[in-house]
Amino acid sequence: MTDRKIVIPGEVIATGDDYLPGEGTEKRKNEIVAIKFGLAEEFNKLIKVIPLSGSYQPRRGNTVIGKVDNITFNGWVIDLGTASSAFLPVSEVPKYVNRNDLEEVLDFGDMVVAQIFEINKRGIDLTIRSRGLGRLDQGIIIKVNPHKVPRVIGKEGSMISLIKDNTGCKITVGQNGLIWISGDKIEDELFAKKAILYIVENSIISGLTDEMNNWFKENSK
Amino acid sequence: MTYKRKDGRKNDELRGPIVAKVGVVPNADGSAMFQIGKTIAIAAVYGPKKMHPQHSQNPEKGTLRCTYNMNSFSVEDRIRPGPSRRSTEISKITEWAIEPVLMIEEYANQVVDVHINIIQADAGTRCAGINAAAMALAHAGIPMKDMVSSVSVGKIDKTIVLDLDKFEDSEFEDGEGSTDIPITFTHEGKLTHIQLDGKISPEQLKEAIEMGKKSCDEIYEVQKKALKEIGK
Repeated sequence: MTDRKIVIPGEVIATGDDYLPGEGTEKRKNEIVAIKFGLAEEFNKLIKVIPLSGSYQPRRGNTVIGKVDNITFNGWVIDLGTASSAFLPVSEVPKYVNRNDLEEVLDFGDMVVAQIFEINKRGIDLTIRSRGLGRLDQGIIIKVNPHKVPRVIGKEGSMISLIKDNTGCKITVGQNGLIWISGDKIEDELFAKKAILYIVENSIISGLTDEMNNWFKENSK
Repeated sequence: MTYKRKDGRKNDELRGPIVAKVGVVPNADGSAMFQIGKTIAIAAVYGPKKMHPQHSQNPEKGTLRCTYNMNSFSVEDRIRPGPSRRSTEISKITEWAIEPVLMIEEYANQVVDVHINIIQADAGTRCAGINAAAMALAHAGIPMKDMVSSVSVGKIDKTIVLDLDKFEDSEFEDGEGSTDIPITFTHEGKLTHIQLDGKISPEQLKEAIEMGKKSCDEIYEVQKKALKEIGK
């Protein structure tokens, strides 16, 4: 098995004892079987299945964008669009917080960029102790399919820096599919939005970065 | 004396056309349509999401919740919309047919919702619903051990026939009458669901199960093709 192929649950991807089962796969006797629908990929004898559809599965270290749902006595409950709720404790805010006035830092309905630092049985724990994290004060937020996020970012961020250079906007992509765009003018933000939606729509094209280069040449004023 | 089928099918022949499509409901996390003959089912999967109401949460493992619904326009005489004794039973049966292949142990306190809508009914709706639900669950990225395929086998008078239509299922009354046996198989060939009300001898039941097993492979190929198409 050399190239990537689409597999469905229960399908045998490879036979032989020298393969290792990775994410989305299972070993049954000497066969590697897919347990998820997606793209099967082999790397150094490790086989994994990358899901193509479905809801967002949170992972440690992901940068996500969420909305403040509730305020408790020691933190905030953030809605990331996931099944289990996410919690941002006061101790993970990198500045002094008056415990009697948590609304001052983050109020109900505020949007926030955060990083997942732990996932346990009780839920997701978030942190904003890093550069680029924290409350979002201006700009627009758009929602895309979470599985298309890697294409929006591109290889080592090539795609996202291309959009940033061409639109002059600040962009943060949350792994949960929410994207924050902030520019000097609303026209710039809408232009960046148009570019991202174009990428999402044409995510299957190979050589998408070159395609986007052309797209920017055609569409920019 | 053997029974001759009205539509000229062989005894072990499925109704045509068999059409499967994945991703028919854009707002759902996963969805699929399955048509066999004149029966059309649409399944939409939402989740895993937090279980509501809270008292039905299971902190040990995830839950599968199926809702089967027949649309009021799906049959010739309009049926009363809303849940009925029959639809609650089929919802439960669908859960039991699919649960053995689902790997939702890790989704504690969460639920995977499957909504099955029958938009055109011509017998075998629960089987079409299970086929659509299996594809929709795979499309939603839910981990599964295997796919499931379902078909109904029946006994018309004394003959075992495959995939009954509306006439054979509920209008045929000569001789011993008709018996309907919906069966669900995993692709591996394991049985996850069988229903039977009526009279049948053990030998004939074995024959019926064998016949069902063979045609489930046929249905599996259709499901597989539909899923692979969407990924392109």
